[in-house]
Amino acid sequence: MIRLLIPFPLLTLALLAMWILLTGFSPGHIISGALIAVMVSRTMLSLRPERPTLRLGRAAVRLALIVFIDIIRSNIAVAKIILLRPPERNSGFIELSTALRSPDALAMLSIIITATPGSLWVQHDAHRHIILIHVLDLVDEQEWAGLIQKRYEKLLIEIFE
Amino acid sequence: MIQAPDLPTWAAIVVGLLVFGGAAITLLGAAGLLRLHSFYERVHAPTLGATSGMAAILAGSALCFSVLQTRPVIHEILIALFVTLTTPVTLMLLARAAIYRDRSEANAGVPPDPESGNGEPER
Repeated sequence: MIRLLIPFPLLTLALLAMWILLTGFSPGHIISGALIAVMVSRTMLSLRPERPTLRLGRAAVRLALIVFIDIIRSNIAVAKIILLRPPERNSGFIELSTALRSPDALAMLSIIITATPGSLWVQHDAHRHIILIHVLDLVDEQEWAGLIQKRYEKLLIEIFE
Repeated sequence: MIQAPDLPTWAAIVVGLLVFGGAAITLLGAAGLLRLHSFYERVHAPTLGATSGMAAILAGSALCFSVLQTRPVIHEILIALFVTLTTPVTLMLLARAAIYRDRSEANAGVPPDPESGNGEPER
């Protein structure tokens, strides 16, 4: 019954939270926000009937922390490259095989890789399961493959698959 | 000219440092557009502004209005969330467009398209 009314509970909650953050915490806003969240989240039904699996547990928290730390570290690294212009720096494309199959996990990985300065998601080959990444400071391809598989893929599989 | 006269000195200093720092990082990212060489390298530079630059400016904003209104003002989190989710989409679109063009013009330095096998542009 509740599934019929609220097919995407997480999305509904997120919309309600957004409404409260934008307007302020008061009973009137909570009621109007809840109504809008229930109605708007139902529009997702016409976009995408299949339900994504999503486990928001310790893996999700760990992934968020790791991404946060990596973004800070690569911010410093890219800032150094722009300021100092090291002469022997190489940038280039690398191809990595990926163990991820769920489209949601791949979308998350693409956002993580692109939001991190210094690496850019370019292409995903769904037949061979290979992703193409451009790296600003390319030292060792193997290191990148290991980094993405160990740091991100394992956690993404735990969360999404 | 004082825009927020009610802001205590300690908060004004911290907010000023945060906003100035964020702006400086964003400027550095913009300078990267000039200093890096190829298109694919230049795409990396503005992410400085979209990550730590944005975070510092938003932290300054949250602190400033939390102190002024003596209650936590945290809707800056929404800005951070939406910028983090949407900037990569734009950057990926730009990279896809660039690589499509480089492949169809058969320019050097670009890996062949794995989906067509021999570097032909995608249909």
